[in-house]
This record gives sequence, C-alpha cells and structure tokens, in this order.
Amino acid sequence: MDAVLIQLLNGLDKGAAYALIALGLTLVFGTLGVVNFAHGALFMLGAFCAVTFQKILTISVKVIDPSITFFTAYKEQAYLEIWFGDVGLTIIDYAVPLSILMAIPVMLLIGLAMERGLIRHFYKRTHAEQILVTFGLAIVIQEVIRHFFGANPIPMPAPDIVSSSAAVGTWLGLSDNLVYPWWRLIYLSFSLLVIGSVFAFLQLTTFGMVVRAGMFDRQMVGFLGINVQRKFTIVFGLASVVAGLAGVMYAPILPPDYHMGMDFLVLSFVVVVVGGMGSLPGAVAAGFLLGVLQSFASMTIVSQYLPGIDQVIIYLVAVIILLTRPRGLMGRKGVMED
Amino acid sequence: MKIEKKRSDLFIMAIFTIVILSMPVWLSPLGANYPDLLQKFAIFGIFAIGYNILFGLTGYLSFGHAIFIGVGSYTAVWSFKLLSMNVLPAIVFGTLFAGIIAALVGYVSLRRSGIYFSILTLAFAQMFYNLAYSVLTPLTNGETGLTIAAGDPRVLDRLFSDVATGGGLPSTELFGISMSGYSGFYFTAVLLILAFFISLKIFNSPFGLKLKAIKSNQHRMKYTGYNTRPYLVTAFIISGMFAGLAGSLMAVTDPLAGAERMQWTASGEVVLMTILGGVGTLYGPLLGVAIIKYLENIFSAVNEATLHGFFSFLPQWLNDTMVVVVSPFVGEGWHLTLGLMFMIVVIFLPGGVTEGFQKIKNRFTKNKEQEKLKQGGE
Amino acid sequence: MSENTKDQNTISRRDMLKTSAALAAAPMFFTKGAYAKDFTNNPGNSSTVTLGFNVPQTGAYADEGADELRAFKLAVKHLNGEGDGGMMNTMKPMNLTGNGILGKKVTYVTGDTQTKSDAARASAKRMIEKDNVIMFSGGSSSGVAIAVQSLAQEAGVIFMAGLTHSNDTTGKDKRRYGFRHFFNAKMTGSALGPVLKEEMGTNRNAYHLTSDYTWGWTQEESIRETTEGLGWNTTAAVKTPVGAGDFSQFITPILNSGADTLILNHYGKDMINSLTQSVQFGLRDKLVNGKQFEIIVPLYSRLMAQGAGKNLQGILGTTNWDWQLKDEGSKAFVKSFGTEYGFPPSMAAHTCYVQTLLYANACENAGTFYPPEVIRQLEGFKFDGMGNGATEYRAEDHQCFKDVLVVRGKQNPSTQFDLLDIVKEVPRAQVEYDASIFGGNLGPYKV
Repeated sequence: MDAVLIQLLNGLDKGAAYALIALGLTLVFGTLGVVNFAHGALFMLGAFCAVTFQKILTISVKVIDPSITFFTAYKEQAYLEIWFGDVGLTIIDYAVPLSILMAIPVMLLIGLAMERGLIRHFYKRTHAEQILVTFGLAIVIQEVIRHFFGANPIPMPAPDIVSSSAAVGTWLGLSDNLVYPWWRLIYLSFSLLVIGSVFAFLQLTTFGMVVRAGMFDRQMVGFLGINVQRKFTIVFGLASVVAGLAGVMYAPILPPDYHMGMDFLVLSFVVVVVGGMGSLPGAVAAGFLLGVLQSFASMTIVSQYLPGIDQVIIYLVAVIILLTRPRGLMGRKGVMED
Repeated sequence: MKIEKKRSDLFIMAIFTIVILSMPVWLSPLGANYPDLLQKFAIFGIFAIGYNILFGLTGYLSFGHAIFIGVGSYTAVWSFKLLSMNVLPAIVFGTLFAGIIAALVGYVSLRRSGIYFSILTLAFAQMFYNLAYSVLTPLTNGETGLTIAAGDPRVLDRLFSDVATGGGLPSTELFGISMSGYSGFYFTAVLLILAFFISLKIFNSPFGLKLKAIKSNQHRMKYTGYNTRPYLVTAFIISGMFAGLAGSLMAVTDPLAGAERMQWTASGEVVLMTILGGVGTLYGPLLGVAIIKYLENIFSAVNEATLHGFFSFLPQWLNDTMVVVVSPFVGEGWHLTLGLMFMIVVIFLPGGVTEGFQKIKNRFTKNKEQEKLKQGGE
Repeated sequence: MSENTKDQNTISRRDMLKTSAALAAAPMFFTKGAYAKDFTNNPGNSSTVTLGFNVPQTGAYADEGADELRAFKLAVKHLNGEGDGGMMNTMKPMNLTGNGILGKKVTYVTGDTQTKSDAARASAKRMIEKDNVIMFSGGSSSGVAIAVQSLAQEAGVIFMAGLTHSNDTTGKDKRRYGFRHFFNAKMTGSALGPVLKEEMGTNRNAYHLTSDYTWGWTQEESIRETTEGLGWNTTAAVKTPVGAGDFSQFITPILNSGADTLILNHYGKDMINSLTQSVQFGLRDKLVNGKQFEIIVPLYSRLMAQGAGKNLQGILGTTNWDWQLKDEGSKAFVKSFGTEYGFPPSMAAHTCYVQTLLYANACENAGTFYPPEVIRQLEGFKFDGMGNGATEYRAEDHQCFKDVLVVRGKQNPSTQFDLLDIVKEVPRAQVEYDASIFGGNLGPYKV
C-alpha cells in the first residue's frame, strides 16, 4: 500500500513536469502551427534563470586565505549577508522561489524575441523545416549556456525549511516510511496552479477567447479583422514563460546543466501527441497519465516480471495510442493532420 | 534516347568511382587523407544516401534511422563473435537484420504521416536506445559497448583453421586482407560506389518517380487510385538497409558497437548532413557528409595554441583578440558552430549547398546571357 | 597532386592516366610509409615528438576533461624545460633533463572523446593516423578507457590512461600497451573497509544503486565484497541507466526496504543528481532500527563535490589524490599548477600530469621511443615524489600501487577549494591484491 501510494505521488510529480512542458508546446502547436524543437531549451533557460538569480544574490566579498600564495583561495561572504545579516541569508535561502520574479519577464522577452526573430518566418514553411531550424536553435542555445556556465550541473538548493521530506504517511495515518520531499509536493501544487491559471486565462479573458478561436480556425479569426499575428506573438511569449517556470521550479530537483532541455524534449513531444496535438486538456491529461504509468512500471513488483519496462513504457504506450486513436486522447480533427 | 540515358549514367558512375577512389590523393592537401576519416566519409556517405531515398524523395522526416545503424553494428559484432572475423557474413547479416527491423518500424510508423510520423520514429528511436542501453544488456553490453573477446566461439574460423590465440585479439579481415587502414577504406569505398549506383537507379526508376510524386502531393496520388503505403514502406526498408550496411561497416572498420550510436540525436546528425548538402539531390547528401565529418575532425581538434599559430601573421594584440573571438567556435565549441551553420542553411538555403552552387551558377549564366542579349541588341 | 582537384569535366586522358598511377601508388605509399619503419609513428630524425591528449571536452565530464588538458599542457611545458619544473624537482628516480624527450621537443595535439567510446576511438585514430602521435593519454570514463586501450594495442601506440577506476581496465581488459596510474574499485573497497567498520559497525544493511556500465559493476562487486566481509548484509543492488537524471523511482523503494545504508556507485552528473535527490527524500535524516541512515559515495572528486554542494558534507568516500596533501611532490605540483591557472588541480589533472612525466621518463630510461622497450621500462618501475608516497607500476597488470585517500565531504569549508577532509591515508600495503584474481591477458610486446 505504501509503495503504491508513494509511486502514485511520484508519478503525479513526474507527470506535472511533463504536463507543464507539454502545455507550452501545445499552445504553440495549436495556435501558431509551429513544431518547436527548441521548447526543451526554453525549459533549460528557465532553470538557468534561477541559477543566474542565485549568482546575483550571492555576489560576494572574497575573504582571501593568506596561507595559500600561488592561487587565490577565498571564502565568499555575500553582500546581502554583510548588509542585512540574517535577513540577507534568508533571501539567499529563498533564491529559487524568488527567481520566479525574474524568470517571468526574462522568459517573456526571450519568447517574444524568438517569435519575432525566427519563428515568425517559419509559419509558412513545412513542419520538417520548422523542426530542423528549431533543432538547430536548441543546439545553439545549449552551447551558449555551456560556454558561460560550464558543463557540470549546478546545485540549486531548495529553501532550508522545505529541503527535507514531508511525513505524508503520518498525515494519512499510514506508515512512517511513507515520506515525500516537500519540494516535490510544492512542485506538484505549483504546476497545478500554473496549469489552472493558463486555462482560466484562456477561458475567461477576451484575449483567451480569440486565441482559442484562432486555435480552432485561424483563417476565420483573421477574416474577422482581428490581428491574429500579434496575439500569436504573445501566445509564444506565454508558452515560453510556462516552460521557464517549469524549469525554475525543477532546479532543486535536478541540478541544472546545459543538456537538460534535450532530455525532456523527446518526452514532452510524446506527451503532446498522446494527448492529441492542439488539445490543451489532452496535453495535461497525457502528461499525468504517462508520469504515473512510468512510475508504476518501475515498481519492483512490475520489474520482476517485465524487467526494464519502466525504460520503454512511455514510448510503447505512445505508439499504441497513436495507432489506435490517430488523434491522440483528445485531439481534434484537422490539427496537424499532414 | 534510352541508350543515351544509360551512357550518361555510366559516365556519372565512372566519374564518381574515380573521385571516391582517389580521395586519399586529392584530400591530402586538406589534411584529411588518413584512413579513419576516409572510412567515416564512405560509411556516413552510405548512411546519408540511404536516408536521402526516404527523406529526399518522399519528404518523410524520420528520426529513427540511428536504430538501424545500431542494429547493423550489433549484428556485425555478433557475427564476428560467433561466426567469423571475415567481414562478409557481418555485413550481409547486418544489412538483412536492419532490413527486418526497418520493416517492422516502417510498417507501424508509416500508418501516419507528417509530424506524427516524425514523432513515432522519435519514440521508436528512444525506445530502441533505452532497450540497447539498459534492458538488453546481455545482448548489447549496455553502456560499456559490445566488443570481441579472445575467447569467442567464432565457429567458422575454427572450422577451417586452428586458431591459436596468442593473447592478442583477432582483427577483421576479408579473406586475409586486413580491414583497418587504407584497405578498410577501399572496401567501404567500393560499397559506397555500389550504394550510389543503386540510389542512382532508384532516382531514375518509375519507383523513384512515384516516391517523388508522394512528396509533391500525396492526396492526389491517392485520388488517382495509387496506394502509396507499399511504396513508402519499401523506401523505408531500403533506407533502413543502407543504414544497417553503414552500421555494420562501422563495426568492420572498428569492431565495437555502442548504444550511443542509436540515440535520436545520431539520427539528427544524418538529417543535418542531408539538409546541409541538399535534400533530394543525388550528390547533396554526400557533400553534406564530407563537409560535416571534415569540419568535425578538424574543428574539434583545434585548440588555442593552434589558433595562435594560425593567426601568427597578425600583430600580437589583433592575434589575441582573434583567438578570443574564434575560440568559442572551435574545439569544445564545435557544436555551436554546427548548430549555427545548420540554422543558417535551413533559413537561407533550404536546398543546401547544392542549391547554393546552383544559385551561383545561375547568376553567372544569367549574366552571360544578359551580356549576350545586350551585345545582340547593339 | 593539385591537378586532381581540377574541374572534373575537363579531365584529359593524360590526367586520367596520372590519377590512376597515383591511385595505384597511394595505398602502398601511405600504409607502408607509416609502418615500414620499425614501429608505428617512429619520430626518426624529426626534431619534435608529438603526444596526443584525448579528453572529454563536451558532455557530462567536460569540466574534468578541461582540467586534464591543463595538466597535460603543464607537463609538456615542464618536459620542454619551461616553467618551474613542477614534479620534475621531486620525482625520484628520474632521468628527465628539461630538454624534451630524448632531446626532441615535445608538441601535442588534443581531441574530444565526448565520453563516448565511438567518438573517443575516432579521435584516437585521428591522432595516430594523422598526427603521428607516439603516445596518447586522457580519460574520465572506464568504458572509454577500455575501448581506446584495446585500440592502442592494435595500433602499437602506448596509452597512458587518465581517470579510470573500473577493475577491468587493468583486470580482464588489461593490455600490454595500456598503463593506469589511477587507483581502482578494488583498492577503494580495501581502503574504505576499515573506516566503515570503525564508523558504522559490523551490522548494517546496505542498498546499492549502481551505474549500469563496467565501472559501476566492478565497483559494486568490490564494495560488496568488502562490506560483506565486515558482516554487512546487502539488501538489494539496483542498476540505474547512466544519465537517468531523475532517480526518484529508484530511491523510493529504499524507504521501505529496511536498509540503513545507501551506497551510490555513481560518478559525475549521476552522482550529483542521485545524491541530491536521496537527501531530499530524507534519507540522511532517517533512523532505521535505531541506526542513523548513512550514505556512502565510494569514489568522488573535488570537482564533483562542487556540484553536489552541501549534500556531500560528511559523506565518506575515497579519492586518488587531493591538492591538500603535504608531501613535496604534491606541493610542487599544486604550486606550479596554481601559479599557471589560478586554482588548484583536481585528481584527474594530477594523474594525467604524472602519467605524461612517467612516459617521458621511461623513454629516457630506455633510450628509445620503441614501445616494447618503453613498456619494459614502465613495468615494475618504482618511483617516489609524485604524491601518494612510494609507488610501483606492477608488471603483471600495469596497475600502479600507492597510498589511497579516504575522504569526507567537509562540514565547514574555509575556502571555495577546501571541500574534502582527508580522513586517512591508507598505506599501499593494505590495498594490494593478487594480480591474477581478475584474469585477463596483457598480450604481446610487439604488434
């Protein structure tokens, strides 16, 4: 029972990450009709927003160790600590959640720049060319990051207070062994919040209405005299912010390195097609579904009979769904059919 | 007419054969005439030619072709381990087995088209990679890679001769000719020429024409009563077998097979080569292979010292600035150059280098024609 | 030869004849050109000799590779008599003069292994076939080291392995042309055993997470052998794919397994990720049957400690060398490296530097570059003054034997480089083992 519950939690958590990335991808698919292979890079850039923000917060005085003469060995003391004492230390401790404040405008700008500078010129080109150019862009972005931040993962601790595990088992009156990291619980709730906000935004605002209409029939909306182009630029920015936020919050779970985007890219594409291309609820549902499936597949009971199934289950399910339900779980007719 | 066509084919083949076989000679001024790189040219050439039959002719973008490279390699190494160090069974089994897997993957993936097809192949690629990497470790030796060992059975070899293992490992051979170094290159080069010949035949055949028609308008094909799938599946299998041959040749020139060959980014590499050279043209993919493999070998080996040497004709301060400017793009930064190059080609020259040549050529011929016209007018 | 690059459309009969003549001559010329002399890449009368440094410049071990490259460059400088000489002032016995190797100035070429066997072998082949290197070196992954080591044997070029820790490198996959200065998993186990007994007792249940490749397998085997010898029980040993990223699905089963010790047979990025996530799952705060849950990382380095941050504090492991060692050789090397680059060398850098000097010295001793002679000089070579005390290159398996460091992640670092506490310098005698236990065959001297 414990094992099942903890795998369920873990699956939901994985699923939350998949769903968040897939959500942005689908937004771009559905509205702009662009297959963006650089979406994983946006996720990675988000994580590096957190890294940069932490670096800024911890700009330090270097207290040099005089006993070593042939290179400068020092202990760092952050300015924030010197100026504000414990308050400063607390700010540094909360670097990751605080960096959301920086990530939103930065990712929005990056998204807008990408759309204006590159993606826009590819609306009319074939999907193959869109894939290729964004694949190239992804490589460039990741190499630039490597140039500035190095190849090693950079540790990004969660705030001290939530750096350990929550006694989920005790709350539910189950075994003490059932614990789950606080930060992963926060990630799960945060994702639900972001997903909820995106849906609310699309359902409740006029802007969202136009975008949804555009997803349904772009030409028609254009005929109505609405400047779809401009709306689409903003949608791309929004997708970029969602991917970035997913990255920021993921940093304490997986120390960011330049390659993390590519690792998530294939998975998130699979999630999108399983959900049904162009369907936002589909992307979210498929994300959680595949996350939970993967998690259960890695349980010892399962791997006893089907060793290694956790490595392939997602792709297996994707192939089966694509063959039996050509439009994925919730795909609509006419989206990306060719 | 027909005879003329045949003649021109023959002429192309003759030129091609000469160009390929003389590579060790004319590549020497470029510093690219060492066996390993030459072998890579030929092997990736076969891979790209095969890939072009699918992607170039039909427009179906597959991210799964690294699977067949991997299957070819693993099969070849197993052939070395179980049967014989002779390369013939290795490449025959490698190609055939890759063909069987390609038939499976192709049959399933080609039920869908467009982006769905691409993502299906991507899913297959990732699945096979994960299988080879961890699940099928007994068959693939996982991350460590499959290698030959002194104690392998090698049934055929033992049948015909008393192999005394003197501690060293046996090396791959073709009836006594060693497959490393230049002889290895000539062997791969002959197969490349053969592969090119097949591709030439396919391009000019009714089958090739149908594939092209699928690319330009699949719906119309369907309306006219053609069932396009058998053609697509055939093209997929052929290109898969080319990849399998390339994969087994990798094992022939270097008896080692690793799962990283199967990663989807490895498929991305062949896409890159094909695009860079020119999709759907006969020579384009080969050109792309040559450019990328050459630059990769040269660029990734450049370090700051070499750069300083290279710019040594400049005054010191300019030398230093040039080194600072250029160094992010060479050595470990080679991928950055690759990514940029790739973007530029897709944005400005979707037809690849071949299209670039065509454009330049057109400009010149146009100018000449215009001049002629002018003169005529006067 | 440039005629052949002429426009193909205008090839005349004469050109054709010329080309085919050149063609017929080419293979003879090129293959025999390289091998006609008594051995591969004989520098002959050339005034320089080229070494190849094949390190990961991209991928997960890129930072380590960069540090190895720095060390190689420093070694070349010292061999050519530039700089302060570093360990050439402390190495004993030594025949190096600062006048290159055998009077030839040392130059080098670099390559990128990408931490992939394929790419590493391609890069090594380029060095051997194109740049005519007489020796090549580098490392960071045992899979790669084993792959290029067998290439070295085939080509007849000596490979001085850099960082590789699998037992197989000098065990079942050992080669006559491959040498390893770095220690291995077996030695890690022997060094760690007594410390584990002292700190954690003899009654524990260990759970292994193991990187699924040669290094992980042999390390798991060696550590199990050690801990089971102490009386520990092994609850489970789970293999994880290299580069898994999120290890949570492997960590969750540990919570209910009854294990009280987690042994992470991971290195580099995998180790940083699995350790970070284990700590988040509260493993280090856990009490099992009244015992504090412990995590052990048998092999780690200072560069990894930087990546793992405070999660590594207090965790036991072993390392080949550390810049804080106080012997003369280590001090000279740290000074030299620190002055050149502004920070201390890593253990990967140390081993690569030492390997280069050892090779050069063996050539001087042999009086020739002829590999069989150089190999005979290295086999059984005893030396001192290069860190880790008196050292011997064992002839039977080409493994170096020297003191091993048991370290612990430092609780309160005084500087940004001060990340490891040396718990114990385990003397060489304690980590020695019989060369025959792993099998394998070195192969012939002459290829």
